[in-house]
This record gives sequence, structure tokens and C-alpha cells, in this order.
Amino acid sequence: MERTAVRRRLSWQVATVAEVRRETATASTIVLDVPDWPGHLAGQHLDVRLTADDGYRASRSYSIASAWTGTSSTIELTVEQVPDGEVSPYLVGVLKPGDPLELRGPVGGWFVWKPEQEGPVQLIGGGSGIVPLRAMLQAHTASTTPVRLLYSVRRPESVIYVDDLKHLASADNVHVSLVYTREAPPGEPRVGRIDAEVIDRLAFKPTDDPTTYVCGPTPFVETVADLLVAAGHNPDRIRTERFGPTGG
Amino acid sequence: MTDYLDGNAAAGALSEVFAVDVTAAIARCDGCGQTGVFADTRLYLNAPGMVARCPGCDHVLLRVVTTPTETYVDLRGLTYLRLPTS
Repeated sequence: MERTAVRRRLSWQVATVAEVRRETATASTIVLDVPDWPGHLAGQHLDVRLTADDGYRASRSYSIASAWTGTSSTIELTVEQVPDGEVSPYLVGVLKPGDPLELRGPVGGWFVWKPEQEGPVQLIGGGSGIVPLRAMLQAHTASTTPVRLLYSVRRPESVIYVDDLKHLASADNVHVSLVYTREAPPGEPRVGRIDAEVIDRLAFKPTDDPTTYVCGPTPFVETVADLLVAAGHNPDRIRTERFGPTGG
Repeated sequence: MTDYLDGNAAAGALSEVFAVDVTAAIARCDGCGQTGVFADTRLYLNAPGMVARCPGCDHVLLRVVTTPTETYVDLRGLTYLRLPTS
């Protein structure tokens, strides 16, 4: 499967929108039916391309939000709308079931988790950086590997996959912690960004030898990666994926 | 400034050119000699095409520019790419 997913030259193909699901005020999950989908690894992404009537094209890279089941030709993308963006407002606000969507993928062989990988897994996501981590959690459902997710959001309404995360967190070997940076729900006294204390309290220790995946906006990823290294984590075991203001 | 992404976001464009995934390869910067996974390079998209720079010294490692008919791949800033042999 890895071979088909990673080792081939790719070109654009047309998928069909099966469903659009609102996640938060600014993010939607788009379920796509992709004929002959070759399968993908959790954490991989794809490029989406829009073409205007005058031929102008814009493409963006989006993480795949779902794990591949081995049989389905359906994949999910979760897109956060970037104000004044070129692509995301169309994907979140205009796209509807039955619409065609041009894509190229799956791509990326670095920010991926494979169920056969050894050792505990630490996932750290900021905002819509949760998207590829959710695919990893889905891929993990049949695994006994211990997983911890540290998910930084602005406020309770910003949480993507609320029900899904509750369900995934009910497994014995999955531990989910939320960090609220602007406003916390009742009963959660702490409001603030991930810092050294949070890493120390909620993440695996360096001695657990976890593989750590950090995804979010560029400043978030760099801050968290620096905190992990300062806490004694091996930089070679930290995998990062950044997204940011590139025209959305 | 943090107006950059990382080498992961170049995977799609590079997959049109290379049959193997370059983003998981080890790259050596021809400017400062630093080696690291290509996914950790700084990727700038606010230029014609995409530009990957060394996270250590900011040297340009790779540029990919796609026109309606051709793709230009400029690899001058890379001493080498190290890929697993299959």
C-alpha cells in the first residue's frame, strides 16, 4: 500500500463532492468520492486546484482528514476558511454535493504515521492542525500503541471533530487533552498557550521515546518544537507540518 | 516573519516531476552544509512558483515554476538528496 501511495508520478484527477459537513463557524469537512483512489497513509495530504472561467488557476495543499479503510473510494478534507483567501472560501462556503473538484494526491511521505510503527505517539495540534492528527487517530483504532493528543484551540466552539474526538478518546490507550488559548469552558481554569508546564504535565516524557507529530500554523509549530527540544525530546523524533497565511 | 510553510507542502508539485517522494529525503544545503529532511525546509509560495530555503542559513535550495506547458526545476542549492534505496 505504501508503494502505491507514495511511489508514483501524479497528475490531476476529478473527484465528486459527496457531502459537506459544517464543523465550526469557519471550518467544513468535505467528503469526496475519488474513483480509483489508491489509498493513503494517515497524515498525507493532497492538492486542490480551482480554475476560474478565464483560465486562472489557484491550488492549495490540504491534509486528508480521514484514514483509509482499504476499500472505500471516499476521503475527507477539513478546510478552515481563511478570510480573503482565494480557495478556502469557495471550498467552505460554495461547494455542494455533486460538484466536481480537481485534486492531486495523495502526497507526502514524511508527516505520516503507520500502525506498524513502534513506540508511543504524541500528537500536538493547533487549530486546524488537528486535521492530519485526526486521520492518525482514526488509523490507530485497531492499534494498541499508546497515543496522546494535545489540541490547542482558541475557545470551546473552535474545536473541530468534537463528537469524533470524544469517541476516539474513550479508548484505553488514547488520551486527549485540550488547551484553550482565549476562553475555556466552565470548570477549566487554565486559559493560555501550550508552554513548558503543559508539555511536562500532559505529553509523553522523553524517556518514553515517543514519535511526536506537531501540526499547526508556522509560529505554533516552531514554538512547540522548541519547547519539546528544551524539555529533552530528541529532535529526530519530532515531525512537523506547518500551514499559514499563503493566500488560503 | 513566518510567511512560509515547510517542504511538506511541495510534495504535490514535486510528485509531478519525481517518481519518488522527495519530501522525506535528506537534503544537504550547498550554502552551509546543513543536512535535514526536505520536509523541514522553509517553503515560500509568495513568489512565481515555489521556493524552498534552508532552515539554517536561508540559502535557496530548490525552485519549482510551472507554466501552462512546462515545469522548471532548479536544484542548484542542493548538494545532494539522499533517498532510501528500494
